[in-house]
Amino acid sequence: MPQQISIFAENKPGKIERISGILGKNSINMRAITIADSGDYGIIKILVDRPVDGCKALKDEGIAATLKEIVALRIDDSPGGLHRAASVLAKNDINVDDAYGFTIRGSHEAVFVFQVKDIKRTEKVLQDAGFSLLWDNELYFL
Amino acid sequence: MFWNKEVEAIDRKALEQLQFTKLSAALRSAASTPFYKKVFQDNAVSVEKITSLDHLKDLPFTTKADLRLSYPEGMVAVPRSEIIRLHASSGTTGKSTVIFYTAKDIADWADLLARSMMATGTTRDDVFQNMMGYGLFTGGLGLHYGAERLGCMVIPASSGNSLKQIQLMQDFRTTVIHITPSYALHLGDVVAEQGLYTPDLGVKKAYLGAEPYSEETRNKIQEQWGLQAYNSYGLSEMNGPGVAFECELKNGMHLWEDFYIMEIINPDTGERLPDGEAGELVITHINREAMPIIRYRTRDLTRIIPEQCPCGRTHRRIERIKGRTDDMLIVGGVNVFPSQIESVLMKIPEVGNNYQIVLDRHENLDRLHIRVELYSKMFQGDMEGLNRLKKKLVEELKALITVNPRIELLEPGSLPPSTGKAVRVIDNRKI
Repeated sequence: MPQQISIFAENKPGKIERISGILGKNSINMRAITIADSGDYGIIKILVDRPVDGCKALKDEGIAATLKEIVALRIDDSPGGLHRAASVLAKNDINVDDAYGFTIRGSHEAVFVFQVKDIKRTEKVLQDAGFSLLWDNELYFL
Repeated sequence: MFWNKEVEAIDRKALEQLQFTKLSAALRSAASTPFYKKVFQDNAVSVEKITSLDHLKDLPFTTKADLRLSYPEGMVAVPRSEIIRLHASSGTTGKSTVIFYTAKDIADWADLLARSMMATGTTRDDVFQNMMGYGLFTGGLGLHYGAERLGCMVIPASSGNSLKQIQLMQDFRTTVIHITPSYALHLGDVVAEQGLYTPDLGVKKAYLGAEPYSEETRNKIQEQWGLQAYNSYGLSEMNGPGVAFECELKNGMHLWEDFYIMEIINPDTGERLPDGEAGELVITHINREAMPIIRYRTRDLTRIIPEQCPCGRTHRRIERIKGRTDDMLIVGGVNVFPSQIESVLMKIPEVGNNYQIVLDRHENLDRLHIRVELYSKMFQGDMEGLNRLKKKLVEELKALITVNPRIELLEPGSLPPSTGKAVRVIDNRKI
């Protein structure tokens, strides 16, 4: 199951600078980054090529970081692509907690990355509907 | 104006005689309680050998810790059936300090407050709006009963809900208010925001208490409202408000010496200091059936004004409280100890051991911020968990200290380490 790094950060200047510095120093490459903000603090989520190493490097520097399992869904990079996948999720009453997406270079495909309560069930529902999921290394080295 | 001139202007000699008679009775009553029985035994105190007021200084002190030790009823001197009420203040480690009253205690307390209010010129023709919290806190019910005893029309408004307070003042033509100084300033601003001119409300007097404030703040409130503000002093251990009260001359608070024996001590040595010197106020309650308390260390710093007040009252005055000998904080009139906050934080595994208490004043209201570090290992990686943690901290703290804190979650390592003299409390309020 693919993972991303989830980081607790105060809402202050210099936070991304510090985190990206630690990752860069450890030759960890980022795929995607999102920041959810809640006033005083926020959560930074980063998809990297080596999540376990990245998370450890951050923790070693005293940063509150943890790994969170995610679902990475391959969708068509065309109008209605996300809608078809989202319909399956809605029909099965699956709530998407946190999500982002990006397109895959040199292809007509995109990836929809999200967090849900029940990952196993979500994966099964999507696969049963004919969708293809990206597994760890496929995702990390896109 | 005197409520009971005979007592208030009593000759000093007669007052001391009265104090001694009441002290002897209080000591006999105390000796019947489990707590003092043991204290007197351990310190070889024989009540019969106390033959003058001066002997009081040889008796051991009672502290807030003693009240906790004897919780809930170790200091009670009457059968349960004689008790008609209790009040409580939040304790330093979760256990409350509880004070009990018989019917006579409540009646006497009301009488003392009627005396206090009349000393400022309040009469039965006044409309009294009580904006102190009702409930376990003594501030609300204390003056409520006093004002009723005096014959005022009482509006038991309790604290908060500013627009309602203003409406009550307008509709019932309130003339006297009981309020914390910070809320008085805040409410004055709200009145102005409503497009009203504060002095037009017609409030003539304010009793300010429950939190420390300066002479400048008093002047500001007086100007803002166009009223006379009087300083009052009390603590739940000694019944609540009405231990000492300013008269119309507003130059120090008369401590009612027919109810209380006061001493000023050096807080470090415990040695009694002469009148006029500043130190810690120690009070013996000589007028309470349910719960006599001997030589209670208030932790409040003040001095006795030795000169007699021109108002004619012979009961000596104390100056406004200058500070505390412990780390107690007063937030919006509520007593809070940093150790209470610490005890809650230590119980919650998601936060680290370092914390900071930051106090400031926003629109004249106290705000309590508690800054804690998130404990790395407990970080679950989602916002929901953080919000839940914050909510849990607020709820647990509010349950113990009754003040609603604002929680700031910080990254691990952002606060100074707990070793040594870490500054835990940052008080940005100007008194």
